[in-house]
Amino acid sequence: MVKNRVVCYFSASQSEQPIIFRLARDYDLVINIIKADINPQKEGYLVVELSGDKQSYENGLNYLRDLGVRVEPLSQTVVWHEDVCIQCGACTSFCPTGALVITDRETMEVTFDNEKCIVCAMCLDCCPTRAVELHFEVA
Amino acid sequence: MAVKRTYEEINEKIRKGQAVVVTAEEVIGLVEEKGYTRAAQEIDVVTTGTFGPMCSSGVMINFGHSNPRIKMKRVWLNGVEAYGGLAAVDAYIGATQLPDNDPENKVYPGKFTYGGGHVIHDLVARKPLRLEAISYGTDCYPRKKLETVITLDDVNEAYLFNPRNAYQNYNCAVNLGDRTIYTYMGVLKPRMGNASYSTSGQLSPLLNDPYYRTTGIGTRIFLGGGVGYVAWYGTQHHPNVPRGENGVPLTGAGTLAVIGDLKQMSPEWLVGASFIGYGATLFVGIGVPIPILDEEMLRYTAVKDEEIFCPVVDYSEGYPYCKPNDLGSVNYRDLRSGRVNILGKEVPTTPMSSYPRARKIAQILKEWIQSGRFEITCPVQPLPSADADIVFRSIPERGVNDLNNRR
Ligand code: SF4
Ligand code: SF4
Repeated sequence: MVKNRVVCYFSASQSEQPIIFRLARDYDLVINIIKADINPQKEGYLVVELSGDKQSYENGLNYLRDLGVRVEPLSQTVVWHEDVCIQCGACTSFCPTGALVITDRETMEVTFDNEKCIVCAMCLDCCPTRAVELHFEVA
Repeated sequence: MAVKRTYEEINEKIRKGQAVVVTAEEVIGLVEEKGYTRAAQEIDVVTTGTFGPMCSSGVMINFGHSNPRIKMKRVWLNGVEAYGGLAAVDAYIGATQLPDNDPENKVYPGKFTYGGGHVIHDLVARKPLRLEAISYGTDCYPRKKLETVITLDDVNEAYLFNPRNAYQNYNCAVNLGDRTIYTYMGVLKPRMGNASYSTSGQLSPLLNDPYYRTTGIGTRIFLGGGVGYVAWYGTQHHPNVPRGENGVPLTGAGTLAVIGDLKQMSPEWLVGASFIGYGATLFVGIGVPIPILDEEMLRYTAVKDEEIFCPVVDYSEGYPYCKPNDLGSVNYRDLRSGRVNILGKEVPTTPMSSYPRARKIAQILKEWIQSGRFEITCPVQPLPSADADIVFRSIPERGVNDLNNRR
């Protein structure tokens, strides 16, 4: 089993094709669309989570590449703006992995460890200053 | 001999740069080391701090006059309405006001990305703001519409006037229901999935002066990064509540109305905030100096988190429908530890007020006093204290028809 998040950039002609449908039917992948942005010229990108067995995942990706769709792995998707954060700590009781955490209960300072973040987005809404943001960055 | 100091004696030392000032956190360690009597002999002032969401906040602005003049009937800053029912170009922008077209909770839970608190944050950051006003036109104020861009430097006066800040103590909020709820105490997970609290505990101003012995009308304070004053007791000031042996109230109790010149404040200490599903508000930084007039004052300021208790309140039913429900109380040491025991269940805690920022405020105020630029003040008038007989009122619901008939 592989489960990966990727960004697919496509042009107008590619967006006309039933890409997602084919990926699901012909390559037996489970597709979770995280974000999509398509401009009026029908160019744009899709952020998707693809899961399936290793072979179908590779085949699916090759299918996309053969069509001319640029596929890039997704990385570092939560950005913590330290200068915006007011160190209230509200997010720390929502973060399931301890990426946003108060380690020292004496100082109560909040830190963010990107390595631990699984981009579950739990912290986004509970932050009163919106110091945590979802960014789609490509490795 | 028991130590006694007057405000004037302390100020004399401040002016000479000789005052011994410590924060409400540092005083705890000093008392443990030296005992109350010696610590009281040595320390002149203890500084406190709090930085939390305080909805009852706002800014009074006088915009200056336009040509031709306008008597602003309705006025907006960045699309957020300020109250203009005052003289021609005076208006009050409140922290929780939302833009006219805000989707609010129509798509639940609403995001409340921008509101009065954010306007105040932008104003104090000296960002340009869109100012719009409309009126009906009079002989002396003929203009009916105004649309321009202003900054804090363009207006005559802008003063922060917060009718209720620095709540002495506050509820610890939980959710006994079975769906997530969105409150002014933050997101509360179902079945007591978390417990939120909002105070700086042992650093908090009124928890260090439980009977308001030195904090009163006229007290000079740290407000929003500048200098402010206690203007009055805050709305919902209710000092006659049950208290512990140390004098610390076991529930909400005292509040402060504060005032100060916005032009010398800073966006670091007045921060706009969005509470999902609830609304917009403002984080306000407040620090109150506490003169150690005698050993009794020192004992108050040495209060520790484990000696401060607050009631646990259910926000699914108990709070919104005013249903009393005894869930016991918890202390701030446990709340700060990250887990607290409520009715036998271990519950993770969600802080709403920033402890690191509160500590920094107490530190800044300490430096101001040490350097001689900030003197302490004897209150002009004390706030009502524990011996008051204030009744905490609710809105009576009466039939309005009777009133109409009588008129
Ligand atoms: S996205 Fe999830 S894992 Fe990452 S910091 Fe936020 S709550 Fe933690
Ligand atoms: S909730 Fe937001 S402001 Fe508060 S500590 Fe977390 S990131 Fe910082």
